[in-house]
Amino acid sequence: MPTLTVNGRRQVVAAEPETPLLYVLRDELGLDGAKFGCGLGQCGACTVEVEGRAVLSCLTPVGVLEGRAVTTVEGLGTPEHPGPLQAAFIAENAAQCGYCIAGMVMRAHALLRAVPHPSEAEIREALRFNLCRCGTHMRILAAVRRAAGHDPAATGATP
Amino acid sequence: MRRRRIAVGLAGALLLAGAGFGLASWRPALAPGGPGPGETTPERVGRGAVLASLGYCASCHTAQGDRPYAGGRGLATPFGTIYATNITPDPETGLGRWTLAAFTRAMREGVDREGRHLYPAFPYTHYAGLTEADIAALYAFVMTREPVRQAARPNALPFPLNWRPLLAGWKLLFVREPRIPGTTAPADPRRDSEWHRGAYLAEALSHCGACHTPRNSLGAEVKAKPYAGGEADGWWAPPLDRSSPAPLAWSEDALARYLAEWDPQHGGAAGPMRPVVDAHRTVPAGEIRALAAYTASLYGAGPAGSRTGPVDRAVGTDDPALARGATIYAGACATCHESGGGVPYTTASLGHRTTLRAPDPRNLLLVLRDGVAPREHAAGPIMPGFGAALTQGQMRDLAAYLRARFSPDGPWPDLDATIRDLMRDSPGPGARAGAGG
Amino acid sequence: MTALTRRTLLVGGALLVGIGLPRGARADALPGSLKEAPRIDAWIRIGEDGAVTVLTGKAELGQGIKTALIQVAAEELGLEPASLRLVTADTELTPDEGYTAGSHSMQDSATAIRHAAAAARALLAAAAGRRLGAAPETLTVSGGAVTAPDGRRIGFGELAAALEPDAAVPDAVQLRDPADHTIVGRPLPRVDIPAKVAGGAAYVQDIRAPGMVHARIVRPPRPGARLVSVETGAVAGRPGVIRVHRDGDFLAVLAEREYAAVTAMGALARVAVWQGGSPVPEPDDLFPDLAGRSAQRTLILDRGAGTPAPAGRRIAARYRRRYQMHGSIGPSCAVAEFDGDRLTVWSHAQGMFPLRKALAEMLGLPEAQVRCIHVEGSGCYGHNGADDAAGDAALLARALPGRPVRAQYTREQEHLWEPYGAAMLTEAAAVLGADGRIADWDYAVRSPTHLTRPPGAGQLLSARMLDKPFPAPPPKALPQPEGGGDRNAIPLYRLPRARVAHDFVADMPLRVSALRSLGAYMNVFSIESFLDELAEAAGTDPVAFRLAHLDDPRARAVIEAASGRFGWGTPLAKGSGAGFAFARYKNLAAYCALAVEVAVERESGRVRLVRAHAAVDAGEVVNPHGIRDQIEGGIIQAMSWSLFEAVAHDAEGPTSRDWSTYPIARFPDVPDRLDVHLIDRPGSPFLGAGEVAQGPTAAALANAIRQAAGVRLRELPMRPELVKAAIGV
Ligand code: FES
Ligand code: FES
Repeated sequence: MPTLTVNGRRQVVAAEPETPLLYVLRDELGLDGAKFGCGLGQCGACTVEVEGRAVLSCLTPVGVLEGRAVTTVEGLGTPEHPGPLQAAFIAENAAQCGYCIAGMVMRAHALLRAVPHPSEAEIREALRFNLCRCGTHMRILAAVRRAAGHDPAATGATP
Repeated sequence: MRRRRIAVGLAGALLLAGAGFGLASWRPALAPGGPGPGETTPERVGRGAVLASLGYCASCHTAQGDRPYAGGRGLATPFGTIYATNITPDPETGLGRWTLAAFTRAMREGVDREGRHLYPAFPYTHYAGLTEADIAALYAFVMTREPVRQAARPNALPFPLNWRPLLAGWKLLFVREPRIPGTTAPADPRRDSEWHRGAYLAEALSHCGACHTPRNSLGAEVKAKPYAGGEADGWWAPPLDRSSPAPLAWSEDALARYLAEWDPQHGGAAGPMRPVVDAHRTVPAGEIRALAAYTASLYGAGPAGSRTGPVDRAVGTDDPALARGATIYAGACATCHESGGGVPYTTASLGHRTTLRAPDPRNLLLVLRDGVAPREHAAGPIMPGFGAALTQGQMRDLAAYLRARFSPDGPWPDLDATIRDLMRDSPGPGARAGAGG
Repeated sequence: MTALTRRTLLVGGALLVGIGLPRGARADALPGSLKEAPRIDAWIRIGEDGAVTVLTGKAELGQGIKTALIQVAAEELGLEPASLRLVTADTELTPDEGYTAGSHSMQDSATAIRHAAAAARALLAAAAGRRLGAAPETLTVSGGAVTAPDGRRIGFGELAAALEPDAAVPDAVQLRDPADHTIVGRPLPRVDIPAKVAGGAAYVQDIRAPGMVHARIVRPPRPGARLVSVETGAVAGRPGVIRVHRDGDFLAVLAEREYAAVTAMGALARVAVWQGGSPVPEPDDLFPDLAGRSAQRTLILDRGAGTPAPAGRRIAARYRRRYQMHGSIGPSCAVAEFDGDRLTVWSHAQGMFPLRKALAEMLGLPEAQVRCIHVEGSGCYGHNGADDAAGDAALLARALPGRPVRAQYTREQEHLWEPYGAAMLTEAAAVLGADGRIADWDYAVRSPTHLTRPPGAGQLLSARMLDKPFPAPPPKALPQPEGGGDRNAIPLYRLPRARVAHDFVADMPLRVSALRSLGAYMNVFSIESFLDELAEAAGTDPVAFRLAHLDDPRARAVIEAASGRFGWGTPLAKGSGAGFAFARYKNLAAYCALAVEVAVERESGRVRLVRAHAAVDAGEVVNPHGIRDQIEGGIIQAMSWSLFEAVAHDAEGPTSRDWSTYPIARFPDVPDRLDVHLIDRPGSPFLGAGEVAQGPTAAALANAIRQAAGVRLRELPMRPELVKAAIGV
């Protein structure tokens, strides 16, 4: 049985190694942050981090994560004590239904880790694979800008 | 291997330099001017638009996210990066001062208005075969675009390759002149007019051979091996001749579907072929059919059953690497690729894909690493990249499994080296321990 | 651990039982949803511990309604918003407010809650006054207590027992003076966002009840196909599979773990043999097909009949719209439990009470034995797959009594089976008088229904597939003044003579129902595009042309605000264009004016929305961020609909089965700037704003494309190939 390290906690999971991480997070570990949006790698609702890089948990078999660090949105903070990026999302009201938001947070988190002060074009490009249907895009962009230390209201559309 | 090729190329180029410089390097500048009366009629512009799509002008002459035809896109070649020029009619930075004569000379001879030789990344060796009427239509189209002021980016080529007169020597060696305007493929009385139209398009305008024909050490197409497979932007460009490893024959219908969008039997384009297929969206179906008719004939009419058909072999679990690959496949690939073609843009099985029959694993690894990005505002396949999810070792296990299961050919000999080459940023086998979260 | 469990859900419910039934005809005079539930305790409960619970029959759909309703109640009761508990749509606890739809939540529910809370405040003051021997007017109700001028205080908890539990909200309740508001009108942070950004949100998809099993459905490959045969033995024998359930063409698999259900569904799909299907017109035939179907005409406006037809220039245009999709990011899901007697369903559908009716009818249970509880899901934007998923969960729960069943659709099922927003056709004609004003107006909208929701059991997808099927009820048109296909078909402009007709088409090749703003999207697109065409013909600036035809000062105010903030009339760069549009949603909800700038790439026909300024008057503003977000979201969503989205189909049925075949807007497509200006009207009624931006966005884009590229697009979506074809080479 695979051993997973999620949000710093190592645990053995009772799942076949081919089981996509998303189902293990939600059903075994009670971590509901990552969402099922398509299961086809098309929407980003299930985005988590593996060793600091954004990964789609719906298509990542747990077997490949042995010994590698997985971070989910729960690993960045709690509703009571949100992490800095989550706090930026709260400050900007960056959720309508919120179903896409955990994936957005994780994609943005991986971006900011690689590029701490991304340009507007870099933010938009990085988030391009994550879909939001409520049209919360402007708020999400503002939240990422805020977390990157930019003026959230500025647009800076130059690459 | 690549480096050795370049070294040989450089030596050859230097040898040629003397001859080339003396004999043919100098070309006169042509007088500045613009379109003459009647040279940009709507009829010509309209025809030029279709031709420009079939010549894929925009895909090289437009940088990512930039204005169309304003140049700036880099083309990686084994010799260095060559940047496409601005072909909008801006007088300072584009073609604004080019007459039809200058445009025609560039298209046929690879010489710009000022008389400088152009690098063969610009496929004038193919365009030389265009009819005068088609060149005039392309000229009419180009000269009626929105002018954009944007200076060309200098090429990133090492000395002496950045010395353009060398190209004169290159041309002496590799450009067969004179061309017969109208077609570069021999007329074949057994073929119909659609085939001839396709031959003309494929050979001249669409310059299929630029990618699908192998090139020699000096970057010239090997004319003795037309369509035997080549290279584009680091991707393997599969052969379009009898040596194609495609599991199913490419029928005319299948090719027409593939070139227009996607073919359920073979799948769809990725890598540098994507923009080609995208450009076909604005091309009349008849032209696509013609291209398909001609290309289908290149594959040759092999006896039925000469191809193995799609393969889907049971892969034993005694090899631990293959067993690991099977697990990854089951969790990462099967949802879409075992849907029996139910998920849009999947084939009945991966056994249908030529990529798994390729002589080397480059194309597979590039797709696995980067995925297939969604088309902008249009339906088209989407596949996520697995470059971050899989380590180099896992990528190797998966690639080896896919090859073992979906191809009758043996394992790829250079799999490890290619993975190291293509997945430098991905966690290697040693990167696992202690990697932070 | 924040996931919902059955226990917390049921315990949460057990605290509160029984609500008042409507009493007497007098209730008609009451505002908002008080008409249906006039008792105070239908909306506000005060416990003996002093805790205050607010009840609403509406549901949180991501529109931020929880926050706004709490603000309204907290303001009237003088409480900290954080101290209030809110219970949303639950057939056993809350008033029946029908659907959470039509931008009605604030109008109906917030109004009722405001009045009920004010009435509760009066009761509290009266009860305290009796105890303290003071006149109620001299007492202050705040901080969970009633305080006398001399400082004596009595907590709500102590007063609770003395309150008349079944008192009705009186006709004239004293509301707090808007000038004294400290909570209403403030951008209180949304109460639900912290959980949503930290993985603590409890969506219906997140419910994990003890003993719960996972269900997956196997649908036909195309609408109308019948299940010929299925050999279920191998699938039923897979490890972890509990059973395969078949009833007619309804086929499902139940498993202990979710991934086992996923893989079993795949295996079951491979062995199911289907046949037939209902035909659909080829894409090229879509509009001729719609135009050719028989329709029932209703003249919904006939102004100036009998007056002579005026002279002038006659101008006419036709507009059309393809099918479009809700496309929720989270495919629909529901949990149901049947204990052999009673059925409980947790669902993200928009109407718990109508859903209860449909489920009861389908299962042959008395309504009293069915309870439907709303739990948030992914945004729905209308009638998506949520009701169907609830129906499926209910069918499977009945088949497996005693165990909660979670039914989760796949992405492809949501795309293929959700009811779409309908294809529509409109025709507009007008006579421009010599004074440059509209002298005569003719408009017709041809549309199928926009409402195929429950309560009928036959509205549930699987109910139609059962061995003993429930047929779909005949489609109906929604009446004016709200309308369905003809929503917003009557212009708000001053028209001396006008005829507006609704051609209702009963029969449609694809399943359709409510998509955010219903027919208003297409009617406002048509009318506001046409208005620009008329302004152009009259040689008048389009904003000035609109103002010249408008008397309503609130309409004028939003138009002036949007055009002013945008800088209307300032020249733009080559290839860019400005566009304007205006509508009052349903002619009775919020006002919205929108000015946009687009850039059109002539080579490709690509249109990019560069910036937008919206001005909105939604009556009294409860939470400015709530309205702003609805407008922002509406503009971006409608931009995506209008520039990119059409359900692709061939003669076999829809081929838009996932995001690769139904592309929507992505981050690079959204504007550089989007500004929303709110015109607050303290003290005036709440006007729903959730859908007001859809139509104006489509029209403003079309009008801006006209200015940028010189072409007039009259079809939705205005995809690049359409724009390019109009531009030519
Ligand atoms: S759920 Fe994983 S990408 Fe959509
Ligand atoms: S907030 Fe609803 S999908 Fe993004």
